[in-house]
Parts: sequence; C-alpha cells; structure tokens
Amino acid sequence: MIEFRNVSLTYPNGHQGLKNIDLKINEGEFVVIVGLSGAGKSTLIRSINQMVKPTQGELFIDGENTLKFSDRKLRKFRRNIGMIFQNYNLVKRSSVLRNVLAGRLGHTGTLRSILSLFPQDDVQLALHSLERVGIAEKAYIRADQLSGGQQQRVSIARALTQKPKLILADEPVASLDPPTAHAVMKDLQRINKEDSITMVVNLHAIDLSMQYAERIIGLRNGEVVFDGPASSVSEKTFEDIYGRPIKEDDLVGEVSNG
Amino acid sequence: MVARSKKTTWLVKSPMDKSKRIPIIPARQKLFFAVIIAIVIGLYYLASIVTSSSPIRLVDGIPHIFSFVFDDLIPPNWSYYNRVLPPLLETWNIAFLSTTVAVIFCLPISFLAAGNINKKTWLYQIVRLALNVLRTIPDMILAVIFVAMVGIGALAGVYALFFFSLGILVKLISETVEAIDPGPLEAIRATGGNIFQIIWFGAMPQILPQYVSYSLYVLEINVRASLVLGFVGAGGIGLILRQQMSMFNYGNIAMIIFITFIAVTIIDTVSTSLRKRLV
Repeated sequence: MIEFRNVSLTYPNGHQGLKNIDLKINEGEFVVIVGLSGAGKSTLIRSINQMVKPTQGELFIDGENTLKFSDRKLRKFRRNIGMIFQNYNLVKRSSVLRNVLAGRLGHTGTLRSILSLFPQDDVQLALHSLERVGIAEKAYIRADQLSGGQQQRVSIARALTQKPKLILADEPVASLDPPTAHAVMKDLQRINKEDSITMVVNLHAIDLSMQYAERIIGLRNGEVVFDGPASSVSEKTFEDIYGRPIKEDDLVGEVSNG
Repeated sequence: MVARSKKTTWLVKSPMDKSKRIPIIPARQKLFFAVIIAIVIGLYYLASIVTSSSPIRLVDGIPHIFSFVFDDLIPPNWSYYNRVLPPLLETWNIAFLSTTVAVIFCLPISFLAAGNINKKTWLYQIVRLALNVLRTIPDMILAVIFVAMVGIGALAGVYALFFFSLGILVKLISETVEAIDPGPLEAIRATGGNIFQIIWFGAMPQILPQYVSYSLYVLEINVRASLVLGFVGAGGIGLILRQQMSMFNYGNIAMIIFITFIAVTIIDTVSTSLRKRLV
C-alpha cells in the first residue's frame, strides 16, 4: 500500500510541484492519474520511487516511511518498482535482451553485472517477460531497430523482469499512435490482472483513462482535485479537473475493437 | 496605429530618393573597420622594425631551401634503412603503449569529469581543474620532465605521452558523456542499479563508438608526437634524427624523414578509415 501523508515537493527553482498531497493507493489497484501537462502528474509518480524527492511530508510504502531511506536502502526498495517512460528510455545501441536484463541489475552484484554474468534464471526470466509482451523473437535485435510500440513493450518487459509489486508508468502511450496506444494499455491491464501488480499510470487522454482505469485521480497545480472510481467519472469531471472545456485533442480516439 | 499607417505609406510610395546611393555598410562602420585595419598593419610594421625582419629576407631565403633539399638531402642514403627501422619501431611502441594505458585509465576519470554522472560538484570541479592544468603542459615539456625523472630512454617517452594523451582523451570523452541521452540512465536508476551499473549499462553503450574513435585519433597524435620526443632524450627515432643532424649527415636525415613519412602515412590512413566506419 502506498500512502502519501501531507507530501509537498518544491523544486530548487522554487516551483512547487506537489502541494500537501494525501493519498492512499491499495495493492493491485489500476490507478490513472490525469491532469494537464504541468499539473504535477510526473512529479507525483516520480515521488513514489524517489526519482524526485519530496521536500515535505511522509510517504509510507508497505508501512515504511520511504523518505527516510538511505541511498543503499532506496536502491533495494527501487528493485520492487518497475517504471515505464514516455520515451521508453531503452539503451538504443544495446540488444533487446540486454535492455530487459537491466531489470535484474538491482539483484545482481556490480562485478557480476559488468562482466555480464547474469544467472541463467535471470536470463530465462527476461526472455519469459519478452514472451509475455509478444516480442520474444526480437531478443537479439538492437533496440533502435524496433518500432515505437515494440520499444515500449521492451520497456514493459524490463519492468516485469524486476518482478515488481508496483509499476509506475509515466505517459506510457503519449508517443504512440492510437491503435498501438490501446494495445500497450491492454498489456498493462493484463499484467495488472494476471500478476496483481499495482499500476499507477499517468495519462492525459480522457478516453484512455476512462476505458482502462479502475480509479482516477485528478491533479491541478500540484493538488489532488478529484479522486474516485472510474465508473463515477464523466466528461464533466474532466472539465472540472482541467479547469476548461474538453477539446478534441484530449482524446486519443479510435476506440479499440477489444 | 501610427506605426502601422506609416509602414503602409512607405510600401506604397516609391522606396526612396533615387539620386542618393544606399550604402550596404553604414559609413560609421566603414570608418571603424578602416581604423582597426590601420592599427593592425601599424603593429605589424612596428614589429618588423623592432625584430629587424622583413618579407624580403623570407624571399631571399628561398634559394637556400632549394639548395638544401636538392644538394644536401637528395639523394637519401638508402642503405641507412636498417639503422632507421629499429628506432622507428621503438617510436611506434612508445606511442602504442602509452595510448593503450591512457585509453584504460581515461575511462573512470572521464566519468568523474562528466557533470551528468558525477553530481558531487566539488569533486567535479577538482577533477576539471586538475585536467585543465595537465592540458596546459605541452608534450615536449612533459618529455623533458620525465627524462629528468626516469632518465634518458623510451620509458620517459611512454610516461610523457601517457599523461599527454590522458589530458586529451578525458576532455573528449567526458564531453561525449555529457551529451548522451539521460533517459536510459534514469531507467537504470529506477530499477535500483548503482552508479557503476548506470555507467556500464546506460552510459557506456552510448559512448562506445566515440570512445574507440577518439582512442584511434589519440594514437595518431601520439605517433607524430613521439617522433620528436627523442630530441629531448625520450627515446625513439627522434634520438637518431638529432644525432645525425648534429653530424650533418644529410643523406641519413633524408632517409629518416622518408621512412617516417611512409610509416606515419600508413598509420594515419588505416586509423582514419577505421574511425570512419565507427561513427
């Protein structure tokens, strides 16, 4: 369980990314965080694994205040959290398999990993993760040879290889075309159901959020302005969160056939 | 509103009084450049008076150059090659060994000197300062210092070129590291990887082509630099070159220059063609 207690984050330049956030996210939930760009979605999601560190408050994950962790403990803690990025963040010149194996780095000693002596179990786990996202046959291809949708699947496989309890996805489909966006969202949904991995996903497309979320959290100017089950959400809710009428650009469109 | 109506009338009316020439460079600017050029020429003239040199002396010297090349250097003493090859090999060995060691040692230092990897500002500044100091020392001075420290011979040359190439390599590679895509580094940090794993899995693959290319480039530089290091006693072909010059054996000198020219050309060509394929 993730629990924000009065968490605020002020960036060194004085910009306040988060303001007094109080939130609870339960295990196995599929949470979508929505808001306009600059609303603090990214900051909120990155606070959870402390890619950015909140400047105030307490952030309890499984009963421990993670903001008090030492560097070493923080690295150990991050092993259990997968992360997916808008730009995939793959090492483009490395093979797909090597990118996926990066998910085991937290579990592998420095020397072992530098010499590429990953345990065979880890290599099999990596390949299995690739199978689950349907691109096992690309294992030995360089990452930059793949399409955007395939690259995002590699990054999902990398997260899966961590055997995480929680996956954070920061605008995972913002760089993809509508059919691919739906396919990737379905992958995330399936993983959430099959492995009961908690999903926290940032989206700005309204239709995608309504279709895939169990629960929607709305942010505006670093504050939570909406929190409720996706079934209770209408376009009016989004207009309240965004503070302006809904536009065509807020939709991905092309509702998938599944 | 006023500005706008003015602009419209300007467009409608004929551009300007045709009798007046429109200058491309404003008169004030022309005068400014004229003064600067006059000052520069004046300084050159002053310098030539003070050093009692003149272009005429350069022209007068040309026949001497020709007579030196055609009377003294040509023909080279072809049979001297067997005395040239061993020191030439030593020169290559100095360059190759020093480059190899520098290529290994430059990596950790380069990451310390890259602001996106080394976030400890004080350490970053110290490393940068030390490298700037190192780079101000020319290779010849390094050679003189190491000849004094370890004595005349190839070892001094290896030390000198090691530090010389370390300065260049760390500069080039740390700047490459600073230009890499931060995304993969972030991703590996998010999986719980430590700093060594971030460097090895996130940064190294991104800099690898440039790393190899710069290493070859520095090898080229070192081959050329090691030719003259012998002049100050740091081993290699420069040693016999100075020897033969002090004895005015121009035929032998011509042979040394000839063989060196061929060797350097071959090394440069091979290295350049390898580098072209890399990046």
